[in-house]
Amino acid sequence: MSYEKELEKFCQKHPDALVLTAENRALIRNLPGVLGSRFVDTGITEQTMVGMAAGLALQGRRVVCHALAAFLTMRAFEFVRTDVGIPGLPVKFTGFIPGLLSDANGATHQAIEDMALMLGIPGMEVYCPADLEDMLLMCQAVWESPKPAYLRAVHLSSGLQHKPYVPGLAEWMLEGPADVVFLVAGMLLPEVMKAASILEKSGIRVAVANMRSLRPLDEHALRQACTWGALVVCVEDHFQRGGLTSLFKEWLAENMGSLQASGTSLPEVMSISLGHSWFTPGLLADVLRHHRLLGEDVAERVLAWRKERPMAEA
Amino acid sequence: MTPQKAIELQKLAFKVRQHILRLSTGGGCFTGASLSCTDLIVYLYASGDFNLGPEKVNDPSRDRIFLSKGHDVPALYATLAELGYFPLERLKNHLKTSDHIYWHPNTHVPGVEFHSGSLGHLPSVALGVALDLKLRGMPNRVVVVAGDGELNEGSVWETLLVASALKLGNYILAVDRNWFQANMRTEELIPLEPLEEKFRAFGCQVRRVNGHDMYKLHHGFSNLDLQGTAPHVVICDTLRGKGVKSLEERADRWFCNFSPAEVEKLVEELHGQADAHLSSEGLVVR
Repeated sequence: MSYEKELEKFCQKHPDALVLTAENRALIRNLPGVLGSRFVDTGITEQTMVGMAAGLALQGRRVVCHALAAFLTMRAFEFVRTDVGIPGLPVKFTGFIPGLLSDANGATHQAIEDMALMLGIPGMEVYCPADLEDMLLMCQAVWESPKPAYLRAVHLSSGLQHKPYVPGLAEWMLEGPADVVFLVAGMLLPEVMKAASILEKSGIRVAVANMRSLRPLDEHALRQACTWGALVVCVEDHFQRGGLTSLFKEWLAENMGSLQASGTSLPEVMSISLGHSWFTPGLLADVLRHHRLLGEDVAERVLAWRKERPMAEA
Repeated sequence: MTPQKAIELQKLAFKVRQHILRLSTGGGCFTGASLSCTDLIVYLYASGDFNLGPEKVNDPSRDRIFLSKGHDVPALYATLAELGYFPLERLKNHLKTSDHIYWHPNTHVPGVEFHSGSLGHLPSVALGVALDLKLRGMPNRVVVVAGDGELNEGSVWETLLVASALKLGNYILAVDRNWFQANMRTEELIPLEPLEEKFRAFGCQVRRVNGHDMYKLHHGFSNLDLQGTAPHVVICDTLRGKGVKSLEERADRWFCNFSPAEVEKLVEELHGQADAHLSSEGLVVR
């Protein structure tokens, strides 16, 4: 199965569905021939495409829009917020090459604030699959949801085996009890799994959750992470602010009382993200190495953190 | 259009202008911009040239009117209320948090197809509606009313490129060409002329009419080639503040918040009974 086959299946099920793209066809190259007039390429016009999608949805159409994640979420942001977000129209957005996947394009193409922006729109669902297979498992549910949604597309396979997608639930790749719990949003999951394997060889117990979406947010998984681990590591190819790390810290602050009341110690929180600046462009493997995001780097960074903060080893 | 119909529309436009003046106090509204497009709005909703009416707000066969220059919504509120889309009494709720009669259109008001306020949005939203109707083989027309200042927004022109590429003859952009934007004359800030040539260069069929003459408006919007491959633009030349001499063509009478006494003077002026000499606050940029 491929993304475009999944989309074709969705369009077959829903004869009113339309596929729009702002001349970004990487994931849907064969759909024009299959969908005919239900495939509309608006050219390099992200804001017009989004406005049109709102108008089509107003008419009762199901619309799935495609563009590079950076331009979809930033150039067209006000159209997404105002024309889709305010009325809550169920328009679906697929952002291509988000996060580190823009590899050598440079900062212009880096959508590493995209989740923050989309989460800033009330009601907008935000999906962050870990790899191609994970995305394929969730996309029918994403498109069937009655809410507007942003799908952070991942076109790379990782070889990881995933459990079926259940809306609103994280996928526990490794379960606790654990010394370190990783919460992962997006394509760094394979590296985290490598890091987990390294850490376990050092005698450190590890749990790993593939969050799969930030809205809906699996709050039960967050509580579980606190129950299991003295150190919770939030991993995302996104600025540290506005994505998973921020959400978790906010959730922790809001739930401090109930956690303590239930006898759960508050965990240390570590962020492995893109911090507060754009990343150095290059081929993906080199970028991962440069920014110390490979599995061995992640493991080293966690060990160093634990050494600096004895509380995290408690 | 029959003479009787034209007179009926002119009478309705007069009432709408009176409502606009009465909404220009207690917080105020965008008076000047509303007065310029009054005749256009009244023509679109009340002429019978379009398949519209209070009983058709959810009828799929209705034509669609989108007000993209949302700040002139007093003209729309008043027209819809006079036509029975909602009770006239509701206009008294202007700016009250208990209702939705505020400075920009929203779908809580019957007859409003989509909310607006941020300029340059509804051309593309309306284009999506036009595309849907064309794909369904439906004959409905989609009219989006934009201001001339709004034409500064690149998204308007981007949308026309796409409308032209998609060959949407059922798409009609109506421009309220009042020659002013918020603070000054359009040609002094971002010159727009020659406007017809610009629209033609974007693949549109263009007409230009006097936007205060019901007969000319009727001709401007009649016999458009809706099955054709070119989107349409009807430029409606208007005067900001039209109908109230002391407000006409004045940059500082865009948003107005008059005292109740001043409103009464302006209403008298509208009726041709007196000239209003106002000392109130001038331009308030919102």
